[in-house]
Amino acid sequence: MATVVLDKIDKIYPNGVQAIHGLDLEIADNEFLVLVGPSGCGKSTALRMIAGLEEISGGTLTIGDTVVNDVAPKDRDIAMVFQNYALYPHMTVGENIGFSLKLAKVSKSEMTERIRHAAEILELEEYLDRKPGQLSGGQRQRVAMGRAIVRQPSAFLMDEPLSNLDAKLRVQMRAEIARLQRDLAVTTVYVTHDQVEAMTMGDRVAVLKDGYLQQVDSPQNLYDHPANIFVAAFIGSPSMNIYESRLGALDDNGATLTLGSMDLHLPRSVFDENTELQARCGGPISAGIRPEDMEDASLKPDHPANQRFTSEVVLLESLGSEIMVHFNIDAKAAATGDPDAVEEVGTGEGSSCVARFNPRSGVRLGDTIEVAVDAARIHFFDHSTGAAL
Amino acid sequence: MASTQFPGTRGVGKAIYRVLSGIPTGALWFVVVIWSIPTFGLAVNSFRGRDDQRNSGWWTVFSDEGGTSLDNYETVLTASSTNSILESLANSFAIAIPATIIPIAIAAFAAYGFAWIDFKGREWAFIATVSLLAVPLQVALIPLLQLYSGGAHLTLPLMDKTLTLIPDFGLAGTTTAVWLTHTGFGLPFAIFLLHNYISGLPKDVFESARIDGADHFTIFWRIVLPLSVPVLAAFAIFQFLWTWNDFLIANTMIGAQRTEQPTTIAIANLAGDYGRNEHLLAAGAFVQAFFPLVVFFSLQRYFVRGLLAGSVKG
Repeated sequence: MATVVLDKIDKIYPNGVQAIHGLDLEIADNEFLVLVGPSGCGKSTALRMIAGLEEISGGTLTIGDTVVNDVAPKDRDIAMVFQNYALYPHMTVGENIGFSLKLAKVSKSEMTERIRHAAEILELEEYLDRKPGQLSGGQRQRVAMGRAIVRQPSAFLMDEPLSNLDAKLRVQMRAEIARLQRDLAVTTVYVTHDQVEAMTMGDRVAVLKDGYLQQVDSPQNLYDHPANIFVAAFIGSPSMNIYESRLGALDDNGATLTLGSMDLHLPRSVFDENTELQARCGGPISAGIRPEDMEDASLKPDHPANQRFTSEVVLLESLGSEIMVHFNIDAKAAATGDPDAVEEVGTGEGSSCVARFNPRSGVRLGDTIEVAVDAARIHFFDHSTGAAL
Repeated sequence: MASTQFPGTRGVGKAIYRVLSGIPTGALWFVVVIWSIPTFGLAVNSFRGRDDQRNSGWWTVFSDEGGTSLDNYETVLTASSTNSILESLANSFAIAIPATIIPIAIAAFAAYGFAWIDFKGREWAFIATVSLLAVPLQVALIPLLQLYSGGAHLTLPLMDKTLTLIPDFGLAGTTTAVWLTHTGFGLPFAIFLLHNYISGLPKDVFESARIDGADHFTIFWRIVLPLSVPVLAAFAIFQFLWTWNDFLIANTMIGAQRTEQPTTIAIANLAGDYGRNEHLLAAGAFVQAFFPLVVFFSLQRYFVRGLLAGSVKG
């Protein structure tokens, strides 16, 4: 039970590569903080520095009330769960869970009791005498959790603990870990590249890119108010559609947003109290539309005519509860800086656009349909810096 | 066309395929038989008398009389013209056991250090160690013998003063001299083999152990050693086999010191002057080979696995 504070943490490798640039993070007591970002963003490095597995090149790391920059991993009072579990293959589940206690010379009776307790929490009692090789992936994952729990540490560090599980089990374990963390009330830092895990599990989410912290906020705030174009594109699935566009002159009715050959009218209310956006009028801007802010216009007959566009459906993904509809738009997609983003293949002219339609919409592949855009919910980013406006 | 096969070529193709697919197995059996025949012949001869061995080939035992007996084995095991073969077997064990265990112990520590402890010059130290594999044993024999029999001394020029670096431990003519030499020459390969295996163990396990509170020795003792059993066994077989079967080092270090001679030298002496008792050699060879065979067959499942160690992770 402790706060973890990273103060201007740097990581510079001996070969001169800087993996982390002045990372500032304050993780409150009992908080579940998720570090998320594309591969190579430094999130695992940051976690490993908290664990003491990587040296800290600059800044101070405080766990509880102690600066632990030069404290050995075992003395930091933390427990770590690894991506591939890192179980000791030659020891039984019980021995795996109790290894740290054995090394800490905890008395035999207390050790048995604590192992039993951890096994009980994780429903592993009947497997205590098995070897990891005889367990399923999910069970191994639980043993790895057990090894962390049994130490009663002041912080849990988890490095993509679910990425080796199959999809269904991952969803299950996701909920289980989140519940466990709440029950045990232990400060947790959780690293993942999966933004769904980040959104569903974390009290707060920290987004990293290229070793720079982009934004830390609650999942909902992150989604609704991304600090920049990278966070906007990274958080959310399918991601936000972001295009290079032009904002027309502002008058009393609002302004016109031009995306390629298509015009959308933005009501005046969008510009009120947003002087920065007002200043961009008449110039280039990056505009982002979340898939759920678009809808089949036939389902919204009252939608203003100047907040619609027409396009041809090139791909349909029906998920039952919703339909993902893909169009092509002749505006240029804005660069978001996500190295993991999939190169667009075979979309031909223009850029792709994904909308989330209500399943009552009867669109079919190849239809040319009208799409209603919720203009008030369009996100704007500076054309050159990508900062949110 | 409904069928994926072409009519007309089907029968011929199948026949050719069957012949070709049999070739590797056939070739292997051929090699096995060719390589086994001399050993088999030696085994048969070890049961035949002196005159039989000299006058006819071993295969005649299947066609005509001649007959077989255990006489050769009896002679080998009881003859005491030199020292008894049992005594020399004891000497062989006195050489082969320390020469197997000590290098493994040292090499396991060294391999762990080279693989998982970060220290300055680690890479170069490892390269230097492994490159010692290239030093031929023969060039070191005489200097080593001098070291064992006289120690090492350094005479300072101009001062007429001699420093004793290593005193004379009187090791010449002892089994200690032999296993010390085997240990030294076994180490580079042992470190190389063990390092390949140990460095391939998953890194996360070590990091996890560090967080669990293990220091290097604990990691080595409780995690690395139990996980390295296959490669340790593989190296143990290797080292045991070639120290048990070694003649050159034993002959150099022990020479004519009869009470210390291992079986390899004792058997060579069995033949006597001008090869009078040459017929005993076959039986002697099988007495000599008995223990390595026991070791090999009891550990052979590790042998194959251990040799693959490092090529495939885990």
